[in-house]
Amino acid sequence: MLNIAVCIKQVPDARTVRFDKETGMMIRDGVETVINPVDLNALEAALAIKDSHGAQIHVLTMGPPSADKALRDALSMGADFAYLLSDRAFAGADTLATTRVLAKAIQKIGPMDMVICGNQSVDGDTAQVGPGLAVRLDMPSVAYVSALELKPEGLECRRMTGYGHDSVLVRLPALVTVMPSINTHRMPSLKGKMKAKSAAIPVWNADALGLSADEIGLVGSPTRVLNIFVRSFEARKERLEGDTETQVSALCERLAAAGVL
Amino acid sequence: MAQVNYFLTEEQQMIVELAHKIAIEKIVPIRARLDETEEFPWEIMKDLAQSDLFGVYIPEEYGGIGKGCFEICLALEQLAYGCIGVTTTFAASALGGYPIVMFGSEEQKKRYLPDIAAGRRLGAFALTEANAGSDAAGIQTSAVEDGDHWVLNGTKQWITSAGDAEIYTVIAMTDRHKGPRGATAFLVEKGDPGFSFGKKEKKMGLRASSTREMVFADCRIPKDRMLGKRGQGFIIALKTLDFARPGIGAIGVGLSQAALDEAVSYAKQRVQFGQYIISFQAIQHMLADMATQTEAARALVYSVARTIDADSRDIAKISAMAKLFATDVAMKVTTDAVQVLGGYGYMKDYPVEKMMRDAKVLQIYEGTNQIQRNVIGQALNKEYSKV
Repeated sequence: MLNIAVCIKQVPDARTVRFDKETGMMIRDGVETVINPVDLNALEAALAIKDSHGAQIHVLTMGPPSADKALRDALSMGADFAYLLSDRAFAGADTLATTRVLAKAIQKIGPMDMVICGNQSVDGDTAQVGPGLAVRLDMPSVAYVSALELKPEGLECRRMTGYGHDSVLVRLPALVTVMPSINTHRMPSLKGKMKAKSAAIPVWNADALGLSADEIGLVGSPTRVLNIFVRSFEARKERLEGDTETQVSALCERLAAAGVL
Repeated sequence: MAQVNYFLTEEQQMIVELAHKIAIEKIVPIRARLDETEEFPWEIMKDLAQSDLFGVYIPEEYGGIGKGCFEICLALEQLAYGCIGVTTTFAASALGGYPIVMFGSEEQKKRYLPDIAAGRRLGAFALTEANAGSDAAGIQTSAVEDGDHWVLNGTKQWITSAGDAEIYTVIAMTDRHKGPRGATAFLVEKGDPGFSFGKKEKKMGLRASSTREMVFADCRIPKDRMLGKRGQGFIIALKTLDFARPGIGAIGVGLSQAALDEAVSYAKQRVQFGQYIISFQAIQHMLADMATQTEAARALVYSVARTIDADSRDIAKISAMAKLFATDVAMKVTTDAVQVLGGYGYMKDYPVEKMMRDAKVLQIYEGTNQIQRNVIGQALNKEYSKV
């Protein structure tokens, strides 16, 4: 049977997020967490393969103990196994340190035929974790995938590009990162929710994954965030008077002065 | 702020969460389109099938979840929060399936319930005819034995999901001279010879739900399609409706809650005379009544549904009360929601005008609210004769 790993991330629900203007930090009070939206498309892509070809789906997330909820949500949609990668020492990880943890965990689960990730998270927004993970797993990867079909010779992917799309056939095992347009994800099921409620979810820390302190968390991350700020868009308001021609030329003058034209 | 606590179990809470999620993510975004185009909501039926909700009341050995009237009410309330047209399609399948749960032979249960539970095929229930609405005893559709078959003739009217559903519980007269005891229930499948559908009705509301005539012209079905015993048709119909009526009440509660939420959030952002209109006592009092009536309806529906799950004998009166009160509340609350939104409420840009049009049917279908009062009145007469 095929084994598919799906990496998900628990993120703040964009609909409830607010920022502190002074510190630039997110206000966590009253913010709900959800599975990163495009990760649900990644899970759906795996579930569709499971429906048509049969597969075991392993869902992983690196996060605090509360990310358990995201994993149970994934199980309630039809994933078979879930793993929580959690350790205080993982905190502050950039995309490099994150991929080290995910790669070790996937290797610990066993050989995978496919790894499917969402293209990027709504909070970090780097789109680096998927391809980085492929490097550490020594797998070919295809990013920006908007259609996926399992063929006898491999995975046929439609990869979105700036000029259209590429059709890529990749041999398994392979990693793909998918776009939101690839599918519409399914709803959880009642039986799935009941099963997910009592499912045993192993929690693996750095020791369990055999990772040393300098590979993980802030220490293992070359990226430094120097400043976080809320970009403010302060619009100037000005009302232009006169007939249409006068208004248009006045508008052009101002746009030219602002460097827009 | 404390909310009324109905002490739901963890499983019941799951049903609420799941049905609410489907309402918000799948139904609300397309409800205006479905209302406008009168399309049948196949997409959402697929989501509901996936969610296992079609099988809430169906025993586990036939692929369901094995829960009762209360759990189906919880699901209906949340789905109705999104759109009662869609919810009625969902409920109609249960109305077709429940008689099989209660009266089906082992073979019939094995044959039909797994498909209904999984949402692979929709069920429907056909009692009403042109001259037999509130007076159900006036049905004309007949069934006559012919060798190994029954032959059905007649026309059913205003049947929810007719043409789209595939498994129909049909009430027909087998022994007309016996009056109500001469009715028998049958399972008819879409595609049976001599079974066809009339035109799709155009309705004031509930437009995402399909309503058609069902025509039987020498429709031949095998003998084993008789449901229950010969002459048991009205008992089957009445028991099914007794079980289903709290569900219609629950649809009323979900609709009322949706209208209340729209009205309050509008009143909190609409400014007139330099103030949010929610600061005016005239508006506050309307909203207060809407909220209180909605909660009272919910409390009654939940209590009745739980009572039915504990003991389903002699439930006609309480089941009628749940349907009557909660649907009258829905009519009033949706009408008041339109009033709170004023001119905007009357426009299709806001969802409350649809809610008000939709609400009306709740006072009519599954027994008009006048018939519910008859049922309650007759039960009172009987109860008070005993003492």
